[in-house]
Amino acid sequence: MLYRENGQFKTSYVEDQQILPIVQDRWFMLALLAVAYFALPAFASDYLLRALIIPFLILAIAAIGLNILVGYCGQISLGTAAFMAIGAYAAYNLVVRVPMLNFLIVLVLAGAIAALVGVLFGIPSLRIKGLYLAVATLAAQFFVDWVFARVKWFTNYSPSGSVSTAPIEMFGWTMESPLDRYLFVLTIAVVLTLAAKNLVRGHIGRSWMAMRDMDVAAEVIGIRPLYAKLSAFAVSSFYAGVSGALWGFVHLGAWEPLAFNINMSLNLLFMIIIGGMGSLLGAYFGAAFIVLLPILLNQIPGMFGIRVDVALSSHLELIIFGSLIVFFLIAEPHGLARLWAIGKEKMRLWPFPH
Amino acid sequence: MTLTTLQRNWPVVALIVGVTIGAIAPLALGLSSPGFYFEVLLGGLMSGVLYSLVALGFVLIFKASGVFNFAQGAMVLFAALSLARLSEHMPLAVAFVVSVAIMAVFAWVVERFVLRHLVNQDAVVLLMATLGITYFLDGFGQLVWGSDIYRIETGLPKTPVMVLDNIFEGGILINTEDFVAAAVAALLVLALAVFFQKTSTGRALRAVADDHQAAQSIGIPLNRIWVIVWTVAGFVALVAGMIWGSKLGVQFSLSLIALKALPVVILGGFTSVPGAIIGGLIIGVGEKFAEVFLSPIAVNAFDLAGGGIENWFAYVLALVFLLVRPEGLFGEKHIDRV
Repeated sequence: MLYRENGQFKTSYVEDQQILPIVQDRWFMLALLAVAYFALPAFASDYLLRALIIPFLILAIAAIGLNILVGYCGQISLGTAAFMAIGAYAAYNLVVRVPMLNFLIVLVLAGAIAALVGVLFGIPSLRIKGLYLAVATLAAQFFVDWVFARVKWFTNYSPSGSVSTAPIEMFGWTMESPLDRYLFVLTIAVVLTLAAKNLVRGHIGRSWMAMRDMDVAAEVIGIRPLYAKLSAFAVSSFYAGVSGALWGFVHLGAWEPLAFNINMSLNLLFMIIIGGMGSLLGAYFGAAFIVLLPILLNQIPGMFGIRVDVALSSHLELIIFGSLIVFFLIAEPHGLARLWAIGKEKMRLWPFPH
Repeated sequence: MTLTTLQRNWPVVALIVGVTIGAIAPLALGLSSPGFYFEVLLGGLMSGVLYSLVALGFVLIFKASGVFNFAQGAMVLFAALSLARLSEHMPLAVAFVVSVAIMAVFAWVVERFVLRHLVNQDAVVLLMATLGITYFLDGFGQLVWGSDIYRIETGLPKTPVMVLDNIFEGGILINTEDFVAAAVAALLVLALAVFFQKTSTGRALRAVADDHQAAQSIGIPLNRIWVIVWTVAGFVALVAGMIWGSKLGVQFSLSLIALKALPVVILGGFTSVPGAIIGGLIIGVGEKFAEVFLSPIAVNAFDLAGGGIENWFAYVLALVFLLVRPEGLFGEKHIDRV
């Protein structure tokens, strides 16, 4: 009763194929974007933007990428951070070596390079699946970690092995304040999410889901596994690469080789398990959850006057993550996104559930 | 060997040839003195034994319940932490028994609260569940036992012994402790073999490993079997943790090093106990050789900032193997090809 879609008839194919077919959803999305673009910049403090919202958006992009691979195409990956690293270092090298390039082009190229490497490491997926693939992607993780830590060319021969970036500049606009950076990341996140939404509801996304649900049957109905899988790897790595470049340039500013280690890969996997596999909304939920939880764990005991030292809260964090993953896998495999959908359905029927 | 079997098994042959060439090359090319060569070899075998032990626990669980147990490394860390901290308050033997009991309780908890609810789920879901268990165990272990570096005092002599110094110059420097550790590992494998072959529980475990449904239909309680097999895997983890802890100390990084068991089981085959052992030894020696003999060459050739090949050597070897022979050296032939 809180909202209803009665009377909204679709009389053309265009109306029927909209991303958000219900009027209320469209208004809600517009309101959300308005809040993100106008209300948040007006009210959010620099700390909030820098420490919470920017990492949330960047991680959400990576989580969308991983979700395309794991949630939509059913190929497990434990090496997403490796592709983020490739994106970050590719962007760094492009900026250092080809300074006249616009940063947007750098981002796209960084994503493309990550996609290329992603396809390379995705090739084993044509012969193996599931558990075996997990180890193949672990290989990508450790190998890439090593390459960026040891091959000096990639870090432009910096003596410590870590790299630092200047503030991004494009179209004569220098991004210095957290607000500028937030708006930049937000725009990219919106564009990439829209692109992902259109990919997964189109032909290619359907072929991914067919591969996920039953590869043999998918092949029988004429989907070529080679294209379906490798395109999933490519798109997924592209997102990871762009997100990695943003993570390095916008969030960190300067980073050392192990900024993109296996823990980051696992955290990204947890994001989509908790947020919801096979759902773009889930990627946002999961990213928000993983970014928020450590901060809440630090803050909540303080509100009650209990002092918790850093080690204890980091251990608690591990315990809570672990338990939540098991809990979600058992109780709600489709994660927070599914809970959201259930909540929406309840709101539609309330107060007469029958 | 007939031509057809040769054709079918060429990856194995290639591996054997590769391993032999890799093993002889440093000596043949004069990269090292014989004494140093054998020290590296023994060092590699020693870490290989540890990889084998971790991989063994992994294979046990995979055979009995089809779970790709990412948490085996965390179990090694947890068991070693328990043993290290308990042995501060009681004799080592008592601490060992108590640690076994702790691992049994852990096995029960895993079965009761995780596996039981995920029966018949996709293997990938189970893998992700063990990822959750890994995080839980890492956090819980450090919360209860502390997160410093602890030593396990096994009371073994740590003095290095010089052997074979009459055969070639310099001799070989060996820790007696390493020998004892290798003997313990061999004993453990032997005990497990007896347990699996001779006892009725072992027979039940093998039956479950062969065919879940058939085993259940003749009255083998699956849930109890899973508890037992996780307990056995916990026991193996404890032994691995003890050896590792007495050599290098117990600390958090143990959990990550133990991830190397994954390439080991890829190499040896998911379902093969001998495969786990041989795979562990190959990878242990291979990565030490790569680190000691290959790294300097690579550093010179590509102007790297230090070696560290051993961090990825095992994984890339497993990756190559996955491409040519996904079932591993000794794994079962049947594999879900795509």
